[in-house]
Amino acid sequence: MSAATQEIDRSTAWGGKESPFRVSYGKLMMWFFLVSDGLTFGGLLTALGYAKFSNPETSMTWPSGESVFFHFPFTHATLPLLYVALMTFILIVSSVTMVLAVEAGHRMDKKGVIKWLLWTVVGGFIFLGSQVWEWATFIAGPDGDISTWVDNATLAHNPYGPTLYANFFFFITGFHGFHVFTGVVFNALVLRNVIRGVYHKRGHYEMVEKVGLYWHFVDLVWVFVFTFYYLV
Amino acid sequence: MSAAAHTDHGHHKESFITKYLFSQDHKMIGKQFLVTAIFMAIVAVILSILFRIQLAWPGESNSVLSFFLGDTWAPDGVLDRGMYLGLVTIHGTIMVFFVLTGGLSGTFSNLLIPLQIGARDMASGLLNMISYWLFFLSSILMLYSLFLETGPASAGWTIYPPLSVYEEAIPGSGAGMTMWLTSMTIFIASSLIGSLNYIVTVLNLRTTGLKMTRLPLTIWAFFVTAIIGVLSFPVLVSAVVLMLMDRGLGTSFYVNDTIINGEILEQSGGSPILYEHLFWFLGHPEVYIVLLPALGLTSEIISTNARKPIFGYRAMIGSILAIAFLSFIVWGHHMFVSGMNPFLGGVFVFTTLLIAIPSAVKVFNYITTLWKGNIRFTPAMLFSIGLVSSFITGGVTGIILADSALDIAVHDTYFVVAHFHVVMGLSAIFGMFAGIYHWFPKMYGRMMNSKLGMVHFWLTLVSAYGVFFPMHFVGIGGAPRRYYDYSVYELFDSNQFQMIMDLNVVISIFAIVGGLAQIIFLFNFFYSASKGQKAVQNPWKGNTLEWTTPVEHVHGNWPGELPVVHRWPYDYSKPGAEEDYIPQTVPLAPGEEDH
Repeated sequence: MSAATQEIDRSTAWGGKESPFRVSYGKLMMWFFLVSDGLTFGGLLTALGYAKFSNPETSMTWPSGESVFFHFPFTHATLPLLYVALMTFILIVSSVTMVLAVEAGHRMDKKGVIKWLLWTVVGGFIFLGSQVWEWATFIAGPDGDISTWVDNATLAHNPYGPTLYANFFFFITGFHGFHVFTGVVFNALVLRNVIRGVYHKRGHYEMVEKVGLYWHFVDLVWVFVFTFYYLV
Repeated sequence: MSAAAHTDHGHHKESFITKYLFSQDHKMIGKQFLVTAIFMAIVAVILSILFRIQLAWPGESNSVLSFFLGDTWAPDGVLDRGMYLGLVTIHGTIMVFFVLTGGLSGTFSNLLIPLQIGARDMASGLLNMISYWLFFLSSILMLYSLFLETGPASAGWTIYPPLSVYEEAIPGSGAGMTMWLTSMTIFIASSLIGSLNYIVTVLNLRTTGLKMTRLPLTIWAFFVTAIIGVLSFPVLVSAVVLMLMDRGLGTSFYVNDTIINGEILEQSGGSPILYEHLFWFLGHPEVYIVLLPALGLTSEIISTNARKPIFGYRAMIGSILAIAFLSFIVWGHHMFVSGMNPFLGGVFVFTTLLIAIPSAVKVFNYITTLWKGNIRFTPAMLFSIGLVSSFITGGVTGIILADSALDIAVHDTYFVVAHFHVVMGLSAIFGMFAGIYHWFPKMYGRMMNSKLGMVHFWLTLVSAYGVFFPMHFVGIGGAPRRYYDYSVYELFDSNQFQMIMDLNVVISIFAIVGGLAQIIFLFNFFYSASKGQKAVQNPWKGNTLEWTTPVEHVHGNWPGELPVVHRWPYDYSKPGAEEDYIPQTVPLAPGEEDH
């Protein structure tokens, strides 16, 4: 399927009989789905901004990202936001490997697709694992002891500041984490099909492109979550 | 190209199950949506008649109430207070979402998109089927909630917190509310899947020669409606999931230091206004999700039955797009009394008033299409003209409500109820009736009885105005909405109070008449589906592609090659032509100009 490389003839593209964007309906559907999902996250991040800034008392006591997220595994040093930056980096790298998998698919290079898609799945798992550690550290609270339930962060209690801060932390990173998880599952299923040669027989690796779109979207959303939750 | 893959699945055999239940054929799915929506509409109409009985004759024993609600919800034939709120809530929810969103878009987008763009089927038949069955499941859940011991959701169809968040607030905020939220989540999934399918089908599967500027206005309306749905429903998803967190997991996104029964609850810090913003960001576009398909259907019907090209075809497309854009920046006009900064309110007044412009463009184009037309008064045409009437009536009160200074006076009164019932409820339901009468031969291969259709129209129109016209006066008189019984308040001086009570009786009688009039429609619909007069291929002498398909449905729509389009769909009464219509498949004559 060399659809993407075809020249678009402007005079006939919208004349019917063919797709004006030269893409299959499946890929177009994925694009529109991502627009829709993007608005769900948009709604959540807007809610975050509203909660934080509409009430002066809340915005005064809203903790800064640096003052909460400064832990790093295996060290007691204070490294503000370094860990979450590393997580972000891992996720972005997994996007790069996804690009390489899609590119290998264009060349009908089955081995290349397997290699890069496998790395993407691995990257996704590492990100999810990192999030587990981050949640555990956040829940443990400022005293760093998760075993006591005295000063732990929960949905109803937040030792760092306004309750909403914890509410949004758990909900937004959780909702995003759920997306990452489904993305990893999709990638793994597609990887299985690639290994079985399903797409090679089909003559194109468009399915890899479709899950690739979803995966890039999940990464892009994380960039916004990182910006609006951790940095701003 | 995968579009080509659709040409070869036209001939496989269908068993009973794959044909009638788990069908992937767009025509069958459209009919499934329609029948489900008709059933839901019957339920919603009955619910409304039940609470209208209470409003007209408060506290009086009524056998209708005890028949439908039994001893639990109508002890001694008097409606229970909690159930009154439940009836109002479920009536609104079913009508807005299940009848006028799922029913209207689901039926006609599915039926008409492939037929009018010359496609074998939807882009994805499987997703289309899933979309219907999710709709079915959510309908079942919503109906089931009526039978819960604690009653259905009772916080109004807008389910504002904190009433909807705390289970202990009112009985309806318990299991009924949970079920409402579950049902709506499934509904949104259905709507999203359906919308994605409609969008890509219109973009990718148009037949040869069908440029976007040759699309029938129905398709333009469905297309833009689907886009609005894809952009607005996800925000309702975020609103609903945050509410589920507040209800189940103790977060406080929407609640702040609420006191119930003298006890301060733990959750604090959130704001119910946040919910209102998220909800109305969907809620206002939702009005146009309901309205645009109806306007699209009537554009087609009015042009066909006036035997004239639609006036201002491009202006019609432009106004659809303008309405779609503006619908996203006006949500604040639902919240003028929420403590909003008056300056921001002023901005929303401005954007809201702007919507009047494209709406007026549409109305004037309808009128100018009718002007000096060779009008055929079929039931579909009558309902279309009825839509124009109610769209004007409701639009005029919309101008009043758009102004924040005036809105504050009539906010949450029956004036608002009357306004949106006329502009959105009546217009959309008239459009839906028009669509059913007009495309019934395409759905069932038979004609509906025209005389019964006319009787149905006049009874519906008169009773609809009989219900909603007096309601404006009730509202201006000061009667707030969602009250169970006005007679217990000393708010009104006796003359004014008596006027409101008298009008309530008038409204309720018209509501009952209007409800009973629908029996004529139901009889006509179901009788004609099996015993009606056989339809000919092109009964209305229309130009669009669906009238080139055989009367008996075939899987794949056209038995042979797909039709090729040579002209726009509105070549009616073209000078020099032999007949007063030229189907889209007829090539342009030498020297003939495209529209």
